[in-house]
Amino acid sequence: MNIKTFRIGGIHPEENKLTHEVATEAAPLPQQAIFPLSQHIGAPARPIVQKGDKVKVGTILAEASSFVSAPIHSSVSGTVAKIDTAIDATGYRKPAIIIDVEGDDWEESIDRSKTLETLSAHPELTPEEIVERIKKAGITGMGGAGFPTFIKLCPPPTAKAECVIINAVECEPYITADYRLMMEKSDEIIVGLELLMKAAKVTKGYIGIETNKPKAIALLSKKVSEFRSQSPYQIEVVPLKQRYPQGGEKQLVDAVIRRQVPAPPAIPVNVGAIVQNVGTAYAVYEAVMKRKPLFERYTTVTGKRLQKPGNYLVRMGTPMQLLIDLCGGMPDGENKLLAGGPMMGKALTSTEVPICKGTNSVTILSGDEARRKEPQPCIRCAKCVGVCPMGLEPYLLAKLSAFKQWESAEQEDIVSCIECGSCQFTCPAHRPLLDNIRQGKQTVMGIIRNRNTKKQ
Amino acid sequence: MNKLIVSLSPHAHGTDSVERNMYGVLIALLPALFVSFAYFGIGSAIVCLTSVVACVFLEWVINRFVLGNQHNTIIDGSAALTGLLLGMNLPSNLPIWIILIGALFAIGVGKMTFGGLGNNIFNPALVGRCVLLVAFPAQMTSWPQPGHLLQYTDATTGATPLALMKQAIQNHDASILDQLPDAFSLLMGDHSLGGGAGTIGEICGLALLAGFAFMLWRRIITWHIPVSIIVTVFAFSAVMHLINPIYADPTTVILSGGLLLGAIFMATDYVTSPMTPKGQIVYGISIGLLTIIIRNWGAYPEGMSFAILIMNAFTPLINSHFKPKRYGEEVKK
Repeated sequence: MNIKTFRIGGIHPEENKLTHEVATEAAPLPQQAIFPLSQHIGAPARPIVQKGDKVKVGTILAEASSFVSAPIHSSVSGTVAKIDTAIDATGYRKPAIIIDVEGDDWEESIDRSKTLETLSAHPELTPEEIVERIKKAGITGMGGAGFPTFIKLCPPPTAKAECVIINAVECEPYITADYRLMMEKSDEIIVGLELLMKAAKVTKGYIGIETNKPKAIALLSKKVSEFRSQSPYQIEVVPLKQRYPQGGEKQLVDAVIRRQVPAPPAIPVNVGAIVQNVGTAYAVYEAVMKRKPLFERYTTVTGKRLQKPGNYLVRMGTPMQLLIDLCGGMPDGENKLLAGGPMMGKALTSTEVPICKGTNSVTILSGDEARRKEPQPCIRCAKCVGVCPMGLEPYLLAKLSAFKQWESAEQEDIVSCIECGSCQFTCPAHRPLLDNIRQGKQTVMGIIRNRNTKKQ
Repeated sequence: MNKLIVSLSPHAHGTDSVERNMYGVLIALLPALFVSFAYFGIGSAIVCLTSVVACVFLEWVINRFVLGNQHNTIIDGSAALTGLLLGMNLPSNLPIWIILIGALFAIGVGKMTFGGLGNNIFNPALVGRCVLLVAFPAQMTSWPQPGHLLQYTDATTGATPLALMKQAIQNHDASILDQLPDAFSLLMGDHSLGGGAGTIGEICGLALLAGFAFMLWRRIITWHIPVSIIVTVFAFSAVMHLINPIYADPTTVILSGGLLLGAIFMATDYVTSPMTPKGQIVYGISIGLLTIIIRNWGAYPEGMSFAILIMNAFTPLINSHFKPKRYGEEVKK
């Protein structure tokens, strides 16, 4: 059989999945938990607790402040120490709620039992009810971007959803959190997918997994066939050829259903697909079936020089230092600390940055791995053009951005760039292509926004 | 606490480098170079060595003392590659002083004047070769016969296959083509039948194709440019051959002269060729057409070098008109 993959560009970075077979452990509670108010795309959440308030695990700390926003719940029990600022993954100090941890006292509404709740046992769950519970639980995309999940389930009137695609690709090197989740919570993931399909009013669902995870493909295929007899939903596990950036939403849609999403502002649902991360499917299961808001997640803590890299079930707000200590502490010498993997992760300025909803990995690269080589002149080898998964010309976009040729950059579709970094990874001359393109893209998007507001 | 390094993503890099590509092309040229030692002996060695040493030295001098750059550019291998390509595009009996002039034009005028690697408009090796061809037509078109290993400038010379083809066209006499070696001996570099003289690098089709396979395997180049040139030349010369047998048959046309050397190693030069697959195919087809037009109806028997240089000039235009297929351009239903 011909194994599916996306059709344009792509690269093969070294896998480095050091923690594939390391079973997930629950990380200990921190002494103090930090909850940045902006863990998602959209408006920051608005705090509804005050200094000195007592909170339990699952208590809402901040509510959604606009349509595109998400509430934040406490992952610990204790006292609100202060509402202040803390360094987050952007490197800046941002508003955050800080809680002193006391005990581990959960809200009574949360069902802490391990029993599997199937969708067929809960016919009372209407699509509207599912969406409402997802919204209240503060679920946002767990793969990194952090878009509020309920919005994706309510497509604009111009588009009609036809299927839900679960993104279980995990094409980033090093990260194994999604893989461990699939191996350990496969039933819950499938129920989560059914919930998402019911909420989106579709009957077709796919789970896209790269072939470097054969055990996960086998396990989920088996579970899917077990569910098939008792479920009206058609779910298909789609093995995908290993290739980065297959976990990009647009690439995944192309790989799985052979459709390409038109240029922005179009989104996958314009071609009928709703893409959700596998971690999101699990969070949806817990939120809807167990009434558990999103306050903990699977996170990989990894790096070649870490003594004991591992996968952890982490309460949000846990500072990374705690996880690094669990793995044997920060290696000596120069390090680069990443929230995420080496291709798209953010380099952090502090080990006190907390785990947030989108933190799928804490990756520690050694100075040698992380340092860039001296850039050489562009030799116009066209390799960046060949690997760009969006069919762009990175060498040109980088040059236009460097020379501030914004109009030309817009014409060359700079806003279509998904910042996957394939061009810069490939460049034999070690040029900082994406640095320039990113800057150009942001400027051009600003220009387009201004133009649109003027028109209105 | 330990220092943390902070930079923007991506934090990983592949193993590719400028050096890997440049030295890769040099390695791909080795089979053809070794074959040339076997055919032209000492002459081939002197010409290639002089050209490489002169090009590398000139780049170092110009970079260090004329442009005043502290950064040493000769280690990237591009100057050595230009030198070897220039050498392999020359006859093996060319005097050293002419080679030095060629190297000066290749590196000095063709490359460094524009700002060095990555900025030149024309393929430097071909700039050097064409300057010599125009300035020293007699020396540049006397071709030593293969097999006289110890002769250099005193080598016995003979007609190249291309010269025979030109004669056939000019005299409207298809029988002249009977003197051509057959396609198989051109491919294998077997010139015992005579008439197989030529530049150092173009003598054995098989060795060049081996280099092509190596570069494809190492992903140094893609197939687009060489294949589109060869297919175009084959189709065009097949049509001409069918119309009038004074035009040589297409297989011989492809295997003779600098066609394979040019299509595989010169036209694929990164800096001077288009950036998109579509553009590269347009570029290849144009080179193929121009080559046959010059070979059949131009003043020179060989058209490859001029065709590539002409299309080098069109590369920026091709780049601005032939864009890659964007993701989402056509929505498949």
